[in-house]
Formats: sequence, structure tokens, C-alpha cells
Amino acid sequence: MEVSILVFLAGGLFLGWSLGANDAANVFGTAVGTRMVRFGIAAAVCSIFVILGAVISGAGAAHTLGKLGAVNTVAGAGMAAFSAALTVYWMTKLGVSVSTSQAIVGAIIGWNLFTGSPTDTGSLIKILATWVACPLLAGIIGVLLFKITGKAVTWARLHIFRLDAYTRVGLILVGALGAYSLGANNIANVMGVFVQSNPFTTYGGGELFRFTAIQQLFLLGALAIAVGVFTYSKRVMMTVGSVLFPMSPLAAWVVVVAHSIVLLLFSSQNLENLLASNGLPTIPLVPVSSSQAVVGAVIGIGLLKGGRGIRWRVLGGIASGWITTPIIAGVICFVSLFFLQNVFNQRVFQEHAYVISAPVMEKLSSEGVATDSLSALQDRRFERWSALREALQTLDPPQPAFEKTIRAYAMIEPLTVARSTLNRLSDTSFSLAQRFALRTMTGEHFLHRWRFEADLAARSAAWRTLPASPENKLFNRQLKDQREEAYLLFQD
Amino acid sequence: MAVQLFKRTKQLELKVDEILDLVSQSAMTFDQAIENYLSEGIGERFNMRLDQMIALETRGDELGLAVELQMYNETLIPDARGDVLTLLEALDGILDSFKSVLFYFSTEVPEIPEELRQSFDDLAKLSCAGVESLVLAARAFFRDVQTVNDHLHKVHFYEKDADVLVTKIRKEIFLTELPLANKIHLRFFAERIVWISDMAEDVADRLTIYAIKRTI
Repeated sequence: MEVSILVFLAGGLFLGWSLGANDAANVFGTAVGTRMVRFGIAAAVCSIFVILGAVISGAGAAHTLGKLGAVNTVAGAGMAAFSAALTVYWMTKLGVSVSTSQAIVGAIIGWNLFTGSPTDTGSLIKILATWVACPLLAGIIGVLLFKITGKAVTWARLHIFRLDAYTRVGLILVGALGAYSLGANNIANVMGVFVQSNPFTTYGGGELFRFTAIQQLFLLGALAIAVGVFTYSKRVMMTVGSVLFPMSPLAAWVVVVAHSIVLLLFSSQNLENLLASNGLPTIPLVPVSSSQAVVGAVIGIGLLKGGRGIRWRVLGGIASGWITTPIIAGVICFVSLFFLQNVFNQRVFQEHAYVISAPVMEKLSSEGVATDSLSALQDRRFERWSALREALQTLDPPQPAFEKTIRAYAMIEPLTVARSTLNRLSDTSFSLAQRFALRTMTGEHFLHRWRFEADLAARSAAWRTLPASPENKLFNRQLKDQREEAYLLFQD
Repeated sequence: MAVQLFKRTKQLELKVDEILDLVSQSAMTFDQAIENYLSEGIGERFNMRLDQMIALETRGDELGLAVELQMYNETLIPDARGDVLTLLEALDGILDSFKSVLFYFSTEVPEIPEELRQSFDDLAKLSCAGVESLVLAARAFFRDVQTVNDHLHKVHFYEKDADVLVTKIRKEIFLTELPLANKIHLRFFAERIVWISDMAEDVADRLTIYAIKRTI
């Protein structure tokens, strides 16, 4: 393994550490803040379940890449991870609970700006929307749950010590589940980009006793998260758990459950599938911040109790942190990439070349693009998108509406289904039928990714997208992730 | 781990229940001891009640300390720990008062005229009734906080009755032909007995606040 990979891996591990220091507070902050669970116990349970979540559930196809997967070089991804981590660390040092996922998105936008890559405005709008929707929903759920729990406790007439014991066990159980999902959902952001340059090898045989290379890589990331939990999360836990609003232990439990419900509603593909299969309307899957969910639930319960105990100044600090986090991460990433590229001569961005070949013309025609004027550019190679774009604008008539489509199909992303790579298929999420289809393509080379995917679909139904419907949504999303995985596996 | 936790919790519940039982028993023992003293002075039955009271108070001290240590060591009920400990200490204070009043009777042997005996007996009964209602309120605080007030108003009721009665006793004492030293001596005992109902009322006041805190 190259030394530079290790250096960039350190960026991922730093992000893992920051994630542990900051996000562990969301699952155990209220428990520790209300002094119901000792920090040592909370940190131990949190670490164990983060590791289990990362190693068992984090290595699945849907999670392997993570948000940083959009960044197409290890150096760029490492620096984006480092920038996000630095931002989260800084905020954590100030005792502010920030959103790690938003720091990552901010860093990616910084990378986009630096490299001139287009930023998905839809994602940006989603982030802005979650600043309002996520805390609001968590607050509403928190209030409802608090009322229901209060009624249930009154009805059950539990002894004060029995209620205390149940609340403690409840806080640890909910915290453990939260830590498991924290590990499963976030490990990809910490280690996902290093999957392709994984230094580990798979141990053991059979399905039960196999410890795959990805699992080992994710274990390393999870250990970084665990170190973050133990070394730095206590302060944020106290902010979430007691400084923002002094809570009763039962309220603390309600907050963690409300936060988990909000995360589940917005991130569970299984729930979406369940709703879809029963003909119910599905909830859009958007990346919500666990920090915002926790703060929303705390404020909801605080308002229910009259709002007098809420420390609005602390809340203002946290809320302004949500806005500044992605901005700071983006700026740090932009500046760091400049130095990385110009001072350390590292490639932070993989520029794609473009060619409008005959198959591309054919494909564009089938997609409804008027190819007559494009023939002037046929078989010309453009080394970067800006050059092709300029050429497209000189066409008569220009085709601004189809720029995105032309870019997608003309992009050169060479890949070869090499025999040596096929030997690593056991480490992938592909089904037997999918693996078989890939093996039938041994030695084949593709200039465009879409041609590779079309060939796969032609060879096996297991690689074919199903008609768009709520029932097929989950399958199609998984297939999309698997196609991405296949491309990353075989790319030249 | 969870099984151990619930086992320890159960033990703690039993200890708190036992403390409340002890306070209730001490009220009954005190009532009996005063009756015994008024009917036959310092006799075998009074001494037996005094021994019972000493044993109850000693056991109460042991249990109180054990509960306090466990609550601190295991950082139990962090939001209500202070309230529970203050409540238990106040109940222990009542136990102490029962014992000390009986000790005063045992060592100072006040001469209570025939015409005042019934009033003294009634006063002791009112103080004990107040404490018994307080014990019920405390039990409710631990198990069924919504019903705490159903018992607390009785504590206030008995305390007011005891206040009226002690004023009447004071007047009666000073209307007698007894020497002034005896009069002051009797007044001291009447005030000691009514002081227990005052203590019960003080604890009841605090318990009202604790109950509100628990229901919010």
C-alpha cells in the first residue's frame, strides 16, 4: 500500500474520531447529562455497538460508498474527510453539538467548487429543508411520546426506584440501538472511499466464519469512532443532556427514542418498502441530522413544560452551528485542496475526457436528443467537460436542455472486467446470478460506463432495473448501488 | 447485569417500605406507651414499649444509612435523590422524636392530674394519626404520586386539631392548683407531644413540593 493512502486514511480516521466525539452525544448525551448512566458505561456500550453496527451492517452494498463517494480521488476524499473532521472537532471543542453529515456535505461542496464540478441543488435544498423539518418533527414526536410515557408511568404506578431502573435499562438499550445504527450508517463516510485501496485481506472461509477485508477496514474506522467516544464526547454529552434544558431521566429517554424514530422515518429503506408494499404513501428518504433531531426533541419537551427552563442562548449557539458547519467545512476543504494540489502535487480530482462516438450518438438519439447538429463533433475527443460544453454552445442550434444527458453518455469512464478482479467478487454484495453475469464478461473492455451497465442488463435479469413503482423502489436503489460498486471494482 | 439491577432495586424498595413500616409502627407504639403511662405510670408495659421504640429507631437508622449509601453509590434517581433523602431523614427525625419523648417520660416521670389524662391521650393520638397519614402520603410518593395529596390534607387536619387541643391543655394546666414547677413541667410534655404533629406537617409541606416536582 502506498504511504500516501495511509496519510489520506488518517483523514478518514480523524473523521471517525470526530464522529465519535460528536455524534455519540446524540445517543447517550441525555442519559449521561441526567446522570442516569455513568459516562464510562455509556462510552463502553456506545463503542461496542458502533463497532458491531459498522462491521455487521456497515459493509452492505447500500452503505459501502457513503456521501464522500462523490469525490473521485482518494487524495480529494481524504482531504474532504479531514476538512469535515476538523470542523466537527472545532465545534466539539466549543461544546456545540453539530451535524457530522452536514459537515461532510459542506466539504463535498467545497470540493465541487474547487474542481468546478456541478453541485446538486436538490441536495442543497434538502439540507436547508432538514434544518427546519427535522427538529420540528423530532419536537412533535418528543412531545407526543412524552405525554404517552407520562400517562403510562402514572397508570403503571411503578415504585420510584423501579421506574429509575427501567429508565436506566431503557436508556442503555435505546442508546445501544442508536450506537449500532450510528456505526452502520456513518462508517461509509469514514471508510467508504478507501474500499478500493483496501490494504486488508479476507480471513476465513464459509459464510459464518468469514472476516472480509471491508469488515476489517470498517473495524478500523469503528475503532477510531470508539476512541472519539472515549476521549472527547463527554463535554458534548453534557451540553445535550443538561446544559440546553435540565431534563428528568424519563424525558431523557423520550428524547433518545424520538430522535431514533425521526432517523428511522427518514432513513429506513425497509420502512419505505413496507409502506410501499402495503400501498401506503412513502416518506422521502433524506439525510437528516441526528444532532438536530435530539435538539428538536429536547426543545419540544422543554416547551411542553412551559419553556422557562430552556437556555435559548445555548440553543442559538447550536442552531447557528448548523448553518456555519457546512460553510466552514466547505471553506476549509477548498483551501486545503488548493494546498494539496499546488504545494504537495496531489491529484485531488479525476478529470474525465469526453467523446461523442457512434454508439453515443445512437444512445443520445434514442434518448430524444436531436443528433443532426451533434455530428459535427462526432469522434472528437474533449479532455475536459468545459471544452465539450464550449463546443456544444457553438452548435446551431445550441442544446442547453440536453447538456446533462450528453455529458452523462459522452463521459469516458474506461473499465475492464479483468480476471484478477473477478477473484475478489466474494467480497462484494453481488448475488450469485449477478456474479455469474460478470464472469461471462471476462476480459471485456468498455469505454463508457453506461455501455457496461447496458451489457450487464442484457446478460442477466439480476442486473435489470424494474419498472418505476413504489414496490420496486428499494430494489432499483440497491441495484444502482451495486452498479456503482461494480464500476468502482472494474474501473481502469 | 439487568437482573442484578432489578434485584438490587427490589431490595431497595423493600428497605424503603420497611422504613415507612417502622415509622408507622413507632406511631402505634408511642400511642400505646402514652396510654400505658397514663393508666399505670412507669410500669412493665411502658418499659416494654420504650424498648420496642429503641429497637425501631435503631433499625430505622440502619436502614436509612443503607438506603442513603446505595442511592449515592449507584447514583440512583438523580433528579429526586435529594428529595428522597431529605424525606427519609425527616421521617427518621420523627422516629427520634417519638423515642426522645418516651425517654423524657421515663426519666422525668411527670405527674399528670386525672382531669388532664384524657386530653394528653387525645393529643398523643392526634399526633400519631398525623404521622400515620404522613406515612401513607410518603408511600404514595414512592409508588403512586398522583394520590399523595389524598393523604397530605389529613396531616394538616390532625395538626390543626392537635394545636387547638394543646392550647386547651395549656390553659387547663395553668388553671390547676399545681405548683408552678409542675405546671411548666406538664406544659413541656404537652408541647413535646404536639411538636411531633408539627414535624409531620413540616414534612407534609415538603412532600407536597416533591410530589409536584415528580408529576411535572
